[in-house]
Amino acid sequence: MFWQLLANGFVTGAVIAIAAVGVSLVYGILRLVNFAHGDFMAFGALAAYAFNGPLGLGMVVSALLGMIATAVLSLVLDLVLWRPLRSRRAGFMSLFLASIGLALVLRQVLLLAYGPQPHQYKVNPYKVYVIGTVRLSQAQLITIVAAVAAIVAIGLFLSRSTVGRTMRALADDRALAAIAGIDVGRVIAYTWVLSGLLAGLAGVLAGLVQTTFDPNFGFQLLLPVFAAVVLGGIGNPYGALVGGLALGIAMELSTSSSLLGGVNPVYKPVVAFAVLAAALMVRPQGLFGRARVV
Amino acid sequence: MSALASGGFWAFVGVVAGIYTIFALGLQLQFGFSGLLNFGQVAFMAIGAYTLAILVVKEGWSTWLAAPLGVAAAGAAGLLLGLPALRLRADYFAIVTIAFSEIVRYVATNQDSLTGGSQGTIALGAVGEAAQYNGQWERFQARIQGWLGVSSKDVAMLVIVWAAAIILLALVWLAVRTPWGRVLRAIREDEDAAASLGKNVLVYKLQALAIGSALAGIAGCFYAWQFSFFSPDDFQPLITFFAWMIVILGGLGRVWAVPVGAGAFGFLFAGTRFLDFRPLSYLSGADRAYVRLIVIGLVIIGLVLVRPQGILGKRDEMVLE
Repeated sequence: MFWQLLANGFVTGAVIAIAAVGVSLVYGILRLVNFAHGDFMAFGALAAYAFNGPLGLGMVVSALLGMIATAVLSLVLDLVLWRPLRSRRAGFMSLFLASIGLALVLRQVLLLAYGPQPHQYKVNPYKVYVIGTVRLSQAQLITIVAAVAAIVAIGLFLSRSTVGRTMRALADDRALAAIAGIDVGRVIAYTWVLSGLLAGLAGVLAGLVQTTFDPNFGFQLLLPVFAAVVLGGIGNPYGALVGGLALGIAMELSTSSSLLGGVNPVYKPVVAFAVLAAALMVRPQGLFGRARVV
Repeated sequence: MSALASGGFWAFVGVVAGIYTIFALGLQLQFGFSGLLNFGQVAFMAIGAYTLAILVVKEGWSTWLAAPLGVAAAGAAGLLLGLPALRLRADYFAIVTIAFSEIVRYVATNQDSLTGGSQGTIALGAVGEAAQYNGQWERFQARIQGWLGVSSKDVAMLVIVWAAAIILLALVWLAVRTPWGRVLRAIREDEDAAASLGKNVLVYKLQALAIGSALAGIAGCFYAWQFSFFSPDDFQPLITFFAWMIVILGGLGRVWAVPVGAGAFGFLFAGTRFLDFRPLSYLSGADRAYVRLIVIGLVIIGLVLVRPQGILGKRDEMVLE
């Protein structure tokens, strides 16, 4: 039972972690708490659904197309919304509120396009793989494989590639990075592409794991994602990865009946925040965040 | 278009604007005067409304005792949330408050024995019995209606809600003119400077948070009285964003801008009901509801872009940054 919950926790946590990296990078580089990120995830999931369901393309191709569509959407929104706000020197509050307005618009547009009813990818929901004592559905297995690949790729990209390193430099100290000759505009564009690709992937994986999803589901995923970002220290992408996995595993293990009878599964998102609150008491800057220097 | 001309409909819009005035006034005190990024305001409205309904139905309390207790519970919840959360950085605080409001909604949805669960207040009583908490209030409302000599009970409600709103607006308007209010504004402008003058910043922030939460609790009681029924779905985070929109639409750091913002919001929210001309008339009713929220989202974005100080705000007093 423990290993089963751990595997479920890894699946839940991987989806949260992949989404959280994007939120964390966008915050670090643009000082934007992107409230619309959950709806980006829903957009990716539903775009992939359009290719997979009505158009009948394969799941992998559909997922990739969904990710690309989300990245394009992120770039377009940077052009029409975030860039004008930057040129007006909009601060934290303005950006946050604009993202709330955007979240509202995006979700309603998705509802208009896809309707409120649940959708489903064309994968076999009954196919189950047994590894030792752990039973995994096909969707869970796909998620684990894709998530491990994505997490390794993100790690390598951020630590080894020039673009990844300039992103972290910019998140760390914007002025210093600009003085060092980093083209801020280009890095911002790369950030949106990466954040969009990852939001699309996380959305598709969440849709696979949940089996059915509707345009509202992005918002329900957003709160654990925010919790992971805060837990890892806002603006730190590695922290977001670890925070997401830790929260996912904590959420699933909390339902274990050997643990004081277990928590009712409907309260899983609450568990995420209880873990977060407890961690913030000890380290107010998040697990990997830098303490505020006064 | 007949509803546009009907007085009853506009009285209803006015009642909603009045409830939102009280609700957003709390946020104005918290953000506009103290700089607190509270994104969980709807939780305190829910706590006020649920405390009222639960005490009346389950404990048989008078609505006149249950309502003040609901307001007190909302204020106490603000204190309890603030004690740990206000130690966090402002952006972390914002996220924790949203989470808090979602947790309150989760608990209300899932603790059926306490709140009636997702079926709402109708399931508060015994199984198979439609619980009602509003009889006493409706008799009071009918008495006011007779006393005013008006034909519609919505008009009576309009007078009651706005009387309460104006009293509360005046109280807050007076409060922010005292030395206490000046300290709040000092904290908003520069926390470290206020602390260096010996002001206990955390205590002032806690007071602003608790009073603002209590105001949301009052709005929750009026919400409960007006609609005679509510469920956890009525307390979506969207409601908090409406309050933010009202405060920003009206103008930050200005007490009397709140009713202006609430009026504009009420007009926008109700007015978009009549987007039934072509090509919108080809859409179904549900689709038009989506279009209304798209309009509201675009207004929020447009305000941030074009007029960050709001309708009545002064640029030198406070502007969104």
